[in-house]
Amino acid sequence: MATELDAGRGPSSAGDPTPNFPGDLPITPAVIKQHKLTAEEYGRIEGALGRAPTYTELGVFSVMWSEHCSYKSSRVHLKRLPTKGPRVIQGPGENAGVVDIGDGFAAVFKMESHNHPSFIEPYQGAATGVGGILRDVFTMGARPIAGLNSLRFGRPDHPRTPELLRGVVAGIGGYGNSIGVPTVGGEVQFDPSYDGNILVNAFTCGVARADRIFYGRAAGVGNPILYIGAKTGRDGIHGATMASDEFGEAKEGKGELATASSIKKGVRSTMQVGDPFMGKLLIEACLELFAAGVLEGIQDMGAAGLTSSSVEMAGRADNGLELDLDKIPRRARKMTPYEILLSESQERMLLVAKRGREDEVFAVCKKWDLDCAVVGRVTDTKRWVVTATPGYDPLDGAPPRGEKRVCADIPVASLTDAAPVYDRPRKAAPPRADVAVPDTTDPRADLLALLASPNVGSRAWIWRQYDHIVRGGTVVRPGSDAAVVRVPCERDGAVVMKHLAFAVDCNGRFVELSAEDGAKMAIAEVCRNLVCSGAEPIGVTDCLNFASPEDPGTMDQIARAIDGLGEACRALDVPIVSGNVSLYNETNDAAGRRPILPTPTVAAVGLVREPEDVVTQWFAREGDVVVLLGEGDEALGGSEYQAMKTGQLGGPAPRIDLAAEVRLQRLVLELARAHVLSSAHDAADGGLAVALAECCCTGPSLVGAEIELPATTGSAAGALFGEAPSRVVISTGAAHEADVLARAKAAGVPAKVVGRTTAAGPGATLSIRAGAHRLDVPAADLRGARERCLSGIVGT
Amino acid sequence: MQAAVVLFPGLNADAEMIRTLELVGAKVTTVWHTSAALPAGTDLVAIPGGFSYGDYLRCGAIAKVGPIMKAVAEHAERGGYVLGVCNGFQILTECGLLPGALTRNLHLRFECRDVFVKVTADGPFSPPSGEVLRLPIAHGEGRYQASAEVLARLAGEGQVALRYCDERGAVGEDANPNGSVDNIAGIYGGPKKNVLGLMPHPERMSEACLGGTNGRELFDAVVRARRAAS
Repeated sequence: MATELDAGRGPSSAGDPTPNFPGDLPITPAVIKQHKLTAEEYGRIEGALGRAPTYTELGVFSVMWSEHCSYKSSRVHLKRLPTKGPRVIQGPGENAGVVDIGDGFAAVFKMESHNHPSFIEPYQGAATGVGGILRDVFTMGARPIAGLNSLRFGRPDHPRTPELLRGVVAGIGGYGNSIGVPTVGGEVQFDPSYDGNILVNAFTCGVARADRIFYGRAAGVGNPILYIGAKTGRDGIHGATMASDEFGEAKEGKGELATASSIKKGVRSTMQVGDPFMGKLLIEACLELFAAGVLEGIQDMGAAGLTSSSVEMAGRADNGLELDLDKIPRRARKMTPYEILLSESQERMLLVAKRGREDEVFAVCKKWDLDCAVVGRVTDTKRWVVTATPGYDPLDGAPPRGEKRVCADIPVASLTDAAPVYDRPRKAAPPRADVAVPDTTDPRADLLALLASPNVGSRAWIWRQYDHIVRGGTVVRPGSDAAVVRVPCERDGAVVMKHLAFAVDCNGRFVELSAEDGAKMAIAEVCRNLVCSGAEPIGVTDCLNFASPEDPGTMDQIARAIDGLGEACRALDVPIVSGNVSLYNETNDAAGRRPILPTPTVAAVGLVREPEDVVTQWFAREGDVVVLLGEGDEALGGSEYQAMKTGQLGGPAPRIDLAAEVRLQRLVLELARAHVLSSAHDAADGGLAVALAECCCTGPSLVGAEIELPATTGSAAGALFGEAPSRVVISTGAAHEADVLARAKAAGVPAKVVGRTTAAGPGATLSIRAGAHRLDVPAADLRGARERCLSGIVGT
Repeated sequence: MQAAVVLFPGLNADAEMIRTLELVGAKVTTVWHTSAALPAGTDLVAIPGGFSYGDYLRCGAIAKVGPIMKAVAEHAERGGYVLGVCNGFQILTECGLLPGALTRNLHLRFECRDVFVKVTADGPFSPPSGEVLRLPIAHGEGRYQASAEVLARLAGEGQVALRYCDERGAVGEDANPNGSVDNIAGIYGGPKKNVLGLMPHPERMSEACLGGTNGRELFDAVVRARRAAS
């Protein structure tokens, strides 16, 4: 195996690249348009190069300047997010965010979308989404310890919804289960706006030594670049560009750019295929390489593959880089430089090793049966120079013949920092009209119907297909407000047990009604879920899923949602340390433009001070006092009740008071840490009545409750099913009642004793009195309703 | 007790296996699949769960030809303890140390949840016969199948270690999570019932904070058996 580039055949960086490699297409206005580049952007490319680009270079600019890689429409707004804090070791801009969790360890996490591939091929799209985010995390030196996901599907009775739901869930499980990272939580919603454009957002958290974080930087001029992992094929070419495209009428052709070979062979080239076994080998091999101290930098070949990984690594280190494509391991024949550079074949990593230690990398790769090759080196030219021998195919078995030529020679900065940035026009869309909602006449039936709604009921059918307990650390499994995972953190033989909590949230309906308030509510809820589990929120990652930024109304939502996220994070003092933006989530067909609900999904990581602080959502035993903390208006706009009764989405939506939210969350965490809580549960989808029902029936045994809701001025439906934020249902032993109320008073949080828990077991009953209404429902019926919520989609 | 945890590429339930063995006082060594021998003095060989070789070809079918498996077979023939959990069970059936086979779950989905199993045979890993244990499962291919002849032999020789049951211990199809024949969750083999394979994960139910300690009882039992034998 060669450990150096062949010196005699190296490129001359002075010469212009060879314009035509075999297989290249001539650059015409149509080809430029196919690459999603505007005429103005093409002009910028010529300016950056001082000449016309080669076909290979055009492809490279196309992916690097895609929305997915460059954040060109969102970057000006993302700057407003709070990304710093005393715990932050690494904020956005790297492969993942890094937050200090004490004792010399750090949590490394990020969430990313894989929306478009998952709509085309749900199993592989979701599986490779999980694989990609896992690599983003372990590439920072962390062992992945938990995964979550946030899913959006079309209306439950849409003909594709069952297949998409089954495929996505099986794909997430297929990858996560095999690779051995527990999938401990998530959320899912169904709405017609996602009929033609589902969302699959995957989150991974890992844990690393804080003094051993690895970065995607091509540091050290002269250091070798190594490629390890799966061989390169034609799969996934232009995935990043596809991710920046809306779905059109001809969905089959979506995102598919004509490459010479795809035209000739008629092959489809945009779907990646995952191999979790290879992913597992990569994790273990990389963790060994990190520990051996032989690496300077490392990055996953994710979206835009070899191109973006090498360009971004060079950019972050302010260096140049040379790549020799002849050395790239491959599994497809006759690949052109264009195809090799843009392939999104999965399970590949790009490493920068310390010079002279290549053999140690090879030895580890041999142990794990991984391909490994030196494919380039770090230079000081600040240019990204790629060479290949025209017509050479290593799979022919013959050595390269003829002269090695330069196929791309591009200033690194023109692909990264100097990529186009747009402050796109914004215009607030007219607010949605108010939608009047009939009051409840049969609250018992309405409660059971809400619990059986696909948006509200049990997600057990989903999370039972995920191994949520592998590695033996899942202390709170899926189904509570947040999952809690115990992580043994080892350093020099000594083990410290850390407990981390995870939650993910977003309600696109509220974001649609008010982008700013809805985004605030998402942050508030995800952090509320953590404090309800006894954890302090220490960092957030986001996945901003929106429709086309070229629509001024959508652009306005994006900007306002970012403002809302930022304001809520500042109020709650939690930084956003990583994230991803997914735009163009819309359908354009004969019926017109159909944007998805704006969906800025947020996931949060919480740190549990000591294991005894952990709290779960379900009532624990008979005789506890049930207390409602916080209060909110009874507006039904955006609620599941409104959707169920009217089939429409409209105001007036509940508002959020961030100051009240902060007080509430501080109090709940204080109570958890004082060990006076038997349970704590955030009131969210379906409102207070649904939250109380969940408290009765989601635990290991059914527990009843006798509840009297505070008198209200509004409708009974508003009191029972309104989804005002900033409310938590807690239960506490009678001995702690006075203490809890005193602490609430001191904290300035409204607290009302609303009832007591009653007999546990199969005969447990939830009784609620709200004004003139009274409902009594056996907890077994509540559980039964929840458990059939997805049966209309996937059967029983 | 000296325990050797055998590792193949793709196995992923090693951390909890090692932790549980250490909790019951075992001295644990990990053995990579390319080794030809077990560490001297090994009492127990444990093959954890996961996806050896990605479950490609067939669960356990590639691992069974790993160099270490010859040493594991010899250890088993000598009466040494062997425990295979989940993929470990699949590897033991593939290599013939245990009879039968594990096929795709009847409902065709991966299933991860707690189930109940009843102890239905005496043996070195067994808590008292008749006891009902709450243990988690996490598998897509855990449907135990065997010929009528094998099933008769297993039953006749008291080698059906565990059967799926409900909370009260009633064995039946309603409590069977994967369609296993005769509700079989685990079986004994080897000359002295010294080999146990089971689909549930006792090593993930070995601490109160993980939902219970029923799983630890199997490990405590084999530690006691080892002590009694010496």
